[in-house]
Amino acid sequence: MAEPIIVTENLGFTYPPNGEKLAFPVFENLSVSIDRGSFTAVIGPNGCGKSTLAKHFNGILLPSGGRVLVSGMDTSDENLLLEIRRTVGMVFQNPDNQIVSNVVEEDVAFAPENLGVPTAEIRSRVDDALKTVGMYEYREHAPHLLSGGQKQRIAIAGVLAMQPTCIVLDEPTAMLDPRGREEVIETVSRLNRERGITVVLITHHMSEAVNADRVIVMHQGGILLDGSPREVFTQVQTLREAGLDVPQTTELLYELKNLGWDVPLDALSEAECAAAILKVLRRPE
Amino acid sequence: MLKDITLGQYFPGNTPVHRLDPRTKLLLLVLYMVALFCAKWFVSYALMLVFLITVTALGRIPLRSMTRGLKPMLIFIILTAVLNLFYTREGKLLFEWKFIHVYSKGVETAFFMVLRIMMLICGTFLLTYTTSPIALTDGLESLLSPLKKLKVPVHELAMMMSIALRFIPTLIEETDKIMSAQKARGADFETGSLIRRAKALIPILVPLFVSAFRRADELATAMECRCYHGGEGRTRLKVLRFAPADYAALAIGVLLVAAVIVLRHFGL
Repeated sequence: MAEPIIVTENLGFTYPPNGEKLAFPVFENLSVSIDRGSFTAVIGPNGCGKSTLAKHFNGILLPSGGRVLVSGMDTSDENLLLEIRRTVGMVFQNPDNQIVSNVVEEDVAFAPENLGVPTAEIRSRVDDALKTVGMYEYREHAPHLLSGGQKQRIAIAGVLAMQPTCIVLDEPTAMLDPRGREEVIETVSRLNRERGITVVLITHHMSEAVNADRVIVMHQGGILLDGSPREVFTQVQTLREAGLDVPQTTELLYELKNLGWDVPLDALSEAECAAAILKVLRRPE
Repeated sequence: MLKDITLGQYFPGNTPVHRLDPRTKLLLLVLYMVALFCAKWFVSYALMLVFLITVTALGRIPLRSMTRGLKPMLIFIILTAVLNLFYTREGKLLFEWKFIHVYSKGVETAFFMVLRIMMLICGTFLLTYTTSPIALTDGLESLLSPLKKLKVPVHELAMMMSIALRFIPTLIEETDKIMSAQKARGADFETGSLIRRAKALIPILVPLFVSAFRRADELATAMECRCYHGGEGRTRLKVLRFAPADYAALAIGVLLVAAVIVLRHFGL
């Protein structure tokens, strides 16, 4: 059994956090645990609290009830904050608003500079991070001249330069075109596969969640479904009631099944889906 | 259209002038200004002019961009010339008509004043033409760092400056977008009186400001996520280092000031 890297224990969060009159709870008693080295996708409709949850993972927001542990460190302990943020890197939706410098390599160097890493090591970390995301040849470019997908990869490199054990991505593809989306998702899954970095991907693109080890579906501040993509996406009825789509393959199979076809629902990839349909078509009557 | 605006107009290059440490160039500019204000007569100005032209040539700065840079300052230069010409009442009376008196000393002061201002502007241009804004900010931060002892937030100011530089293209792009959106809905920015046109800018400025604040908020969060906690204990990817060329350049600067001061004593 893998050990958890992020644990929330009975997490509660009220917005606005200072207990004003109109405060309403975003979540109460939410307990999740993210395993080290896993690839978890968090999906849910707008306003379900998935971004708020992500911001608890590195102490940007602090719980108003319960606690969050990152590698055993409590995020409410101010002395541990830097170490927590170094452990859990975060990438946001808008690439323009997280790039600090107008030279790519200086932006990637921002985090190690803040951490007081010696100059020679910053250099090697920056080069390594840029090569990992495939942006090394752009190291002296100005970020505003790059495409959205490239900018988001720079943002990922900027986080990688901290050498984190976990990366949380809060809808990193929401503002990108299909090609940029593919670049980012490919980079992220490679980091998980090859470097063993824990990935928490918050998204509303179902197709991006298909490649995860685990899918958590949030609804109204609670966890609606939690399991492998196959387990989660076969719950078409539940997902639809929560106002969520299912991957197109699942949707097709679901509709066919309703028409009386004998197809499985858990064929998530296009190839699997095609094979399942072919199998039924070829079956002698 | 707005994208063509570049601030400070940096010409990338790899000349000896470009390669100098930004701190050297900043100090050199200060020395140059001191020398310029000490200069008194033709010999001093000629010396300064030789220096200016040599640096311009070394930095491979096209002369055209220098003259283009001077254009917006033309009104200011003419005003200085006129004021000095008519308000100096020393020397021989050269010309008189009603209330206008022109004295020989006035012509002289006006001429040197114009020369001085033009050379001052050109010197500043040389700095911004050959130094990238980022290097300039780094240089300023490093030069001003002794002020930290007096609780001047030097690091914070430098950070603000470099973030401002970083967001200029982003905000210009955004302004373009907002203008197109307003034009698509019938806004008119080009006709009408000056007041009307100024008023037409309000629907651009309001969304621009709102979005700038949102950006600032998101950027602050992103910076915190990357462990930003002020200037304390920060290291740098690129450390500024004085090379032999920098010492040589500074020596030349000091010599220039010394020479001009000596010439001043002889009234040259």
